[in-house]
Amino acid sequence: MTNGGYVLAGYTIVFGTLIGYTVRILLRGRSLSKQLPPEDRRWM
Amino acid sequence: MIPEHTGSRATRIIGALTLAGFAVVLVLALVVSPPDQVQGDAARLIYLHVPVAIAMNLGFGLNALGSAMWLWKKSRWWDTLAVSAAEVGLVFTALTLVTGMIWGRPTWGVYWTWDARLTSFSLLFLMYLGYLVVRRLPADLEVRNRRSAFVALLSFVDVPIVYFSVTWWRSLHQSATISLNTTISGSMLFTLFVSMAVFVACFAWLLLHRFRVAWLEDEVETKGLDLAISERRAEALVVP
Repeated sequence: MTNGGYVLAGYTIVFGTLIGYTVRILLRGRSLSKQLPPEDRRWM
Repeated sequence: MIPEHTGSRATRIIGALTLAGFAVVLVLALVVSPPDQVQGDAARLIYLHVPVAIAMNLGFGLNALGSAMWLWKKSRWWDTLAVSAAEVGLVFTALTLVTGMIWGRPTWGVYWTWDARLTSFSLLFLMYLGYLVVRRLPADLEVRNRRSAFVALLSFVDVPIVYFSVTWWRSLHQSATISLNTTISGSMLFTLFVSMAVFVACFAWLLLHRFRVAWLEDEVETKGLDLAISERRAEALVVP
């Protein structure tokens, strides 16, 4: 594969960032949910 | 029973489809799709760069919509949509920037150049970063929402400038990848469309979770404020 390093870097950064951001959001959501009673955990 | 997380049936379905979609995209983009005649394998980065740019535009479009609707309706729902879409959009902006730079090095010979598209794009990134900073400035809720809505609408002006910059000015960046006159071969175009659909699904999944986190953040803040006020009132009632 020509320019394999660039391709690998691009895919690693994109999927790594998305995984990292996903983990951050999910953990923040869990932490906030625990601080509130069930009736305040409705978002509509 | 309401679960202690931001998931729901909708997010589970979209999440599962996104994960399966990403597996398909990786196979199509890295194995099935042929290398480009001119760009070689560096063209495989386009299967990331264009879809993340589309997700970014969705984010900023929803941010502008949410901001305009908040100014009109003063509804908390629209403000929450605006801030959630901006943050998720900013993540995709950073990814568009980075994938573009990585693609630029083997294709143009440089990671960065101050041409019209790249300059207007970096300005867009900074403006939405500024929007999130404005959101965090201490202020009354209504003041915060109003000024961030104006910043959002002002920032959105740069979105069409970024898009049309390649036609308005001389630019190193190529013109629109997908148009009515596109000359991309069948399997490459198919891979690009599949990747676009999957990244849009990923955006939707992230937005749903981020929206709920933003909603919970406001709830926690309001509860904390209510608690502090009631504590002060209780203190004031205590006879010395």
